[in-house]
Amino acid sequence: MSLLFLLTVFILSCFIGYFVVQGVTPALHSPLMSVSNAISGIVIVGALTTAALSDPFSIVEALSLFAVFFAGLNIFGGFVVSNRMLKLFKKKDEK
Amino acid sequence: MIGAEGLYLVYLVAAICFILAIRGLAKPQTARAGNNLGMFGMGLAVLVTLLVLPTRNDLGILSAGFLSAFIGIFLANKVKMTSLPQMIAFLNGIGGLSSVLVGFAQILNEKVYLFDAVLAIVIGSVAFSGSMIAFLKLQGKLKRGRFYLSNLFSVVLLFLTVFVWIEFAFNGRMLDGYLLIWVSLALGVSLTLPVGGADMPIVISVLNAFSGFAASAIGFSIVNVALIMTGALVGASGTILALIMTKAMNRSIVEVFFKKIKISEGVDLQDKTARVSSVQDAAFLMENANKVIIVPGYGMAASGAQHALQNMAKILEEKYHVEVKFAIHPVAGRMPGHMNVLLAEAKVEYDKVFALEEINPDFETADVAYVIGANDITNPLAKTDASSPLYGMPILEVFKAKTVFVVKRSLGAGYSGVQNPLFFAENTLMLYGDAKKVTEEIVADL
Repeated sequence: MSLLFLLTVFILSCFIGYFVVQGVTPALHSPLMSVSNAISGIVIVGALTTAALSDPFSIVEALSLFAVFFAGLNIFGGFVVSNRMLKLFKKKDEK
Repeated sequence: MIGAEGLYLVYLVAAICFILAIRGLAKPQTARAGNNLGMFGMGLAVLVTLLVLPTRNDLGILSAGFLSAFIGIFLANKVKMTSLPQMIAFLNGIGGLSSVLVGFAQILNEKVYLFDAVLAIVIGSVAFSGSMIAFLKLQGKLKRGRFYLSNLFSVVLLFLTVFVWIEFAFNGRMLDGYLLIWVSLALGVSLTLPVGGADMPIVISVLNAFSGFAASAIGFSIVNVALIMTGALVGASGTILALIMTKAMNRSIVEVFFKKIKISEGVDLQDKTARVSSVQDAAFLMENANKVIIVPGYGMAASGAQHALQNMAKILEEKYHVEVKFAIHPVAGRMPGHMNVLLAEAKVEYDKVFALEEINPDFETADVAYVIGANDITNPLAKTDASSPLYGMPILEVFKAKTVFVVKRSLGAGYSGVQNPLFFAENTLMLYGDAKKVTEEIVADL
């Protein structure tokens, strides 16, 4: 895939992000931050990729495994915290 | 198995899940479904990656994954709702760190300078060290000291980063790569260190955007559209939040990071005196009111008064049939939406909580405005005094209410350093003391 294609994807995604986030109600800005934190853990895919390409017991492998760990922390921590927050938001008739 | 095209399609599905996850947050009714969709997308992306990649070290990957799940879920369940800003700052930093590690692993693997990977390293490092400083500050471990040199440091470090980057690009020596990490880590520290507490919502948003863009940069370097799209989504989200916050504070992003707040008097209020009231009076006036609007600020969060507030609102509604509403300014608290989460935790129904534009017309018809631990966001000078640093900042127009109670520990100026004439207005009554204690005393008196 050419750099131009990737750049196109990036820029169009920024626009999608802009419009989607505009629609988020201010009351949910905290969960928005933690959900976006969680999904930025997608970098785990990159970590898995470099881990697969590395030699056994190399520095590259160690770095990749640490990256898997930290990205995983981001994913699990982020989604669970968001879920805890979102559970709190209730209307009277939803009790 | 699935080929390159199949893999691509699965990543595309994951990215769509993430877009819809954020779309779900538009309303509280769909928000949890959105979060679940996000989890589904993430699971899908990770699973397909594991299936397709010819991994040599499955054991290592699985242990890292399970360990992170164990610790992540444990921490997320243990954290108190009042400590959420710290938790979010911490997770954000960790996200930046993993981009740095992946970027560096790639450079070490190929032993050459790679622009995308270096970009991820620099942005990720700033996000990581900056978030950790924000975390320590929110945790109260780092007091806002006098870092006079910090602004100059930031500028010097910024130039140094660019210099080392160029050096690395032309020579491709690994030593420059290592150096670049340290320099950008230092840059993150020196940018975040001088920032004050009330600017935290902006800083957290900016750092959030950084960790997103770092993931995008990794996406460019490993040629993965899922990473590029998701990173851009997170980057856009952080950027928009930062813009909303800066607009609501009447500050620019550059000012947040580089301009120190001057303690100015604004208008001279020396000869005026504020009227002090008692909890009995407050209870009496609120019992007999038709409409009460509660305006919480960081002071409410700091003293943990949200449960007492909900108690008060409940008694007023059920026993005295008073209409009670909550008014929330965009920058109240230490992260975007901080007050909403705390009120939700105290079981305040979200249809009683209103944003700035929704609630402002209501103050005119309110009998009582109960301002608790908030200051600058209610300062009328923002509307009237063109020379004030607050001028132009949207405020909650509490001064229009018949009576305003201000719960505060002292008469001091707000974070902006500007005195608040609201405290000295005809219709304002001060209730000195801790937000939680005062509210509890009122509840006891109702």
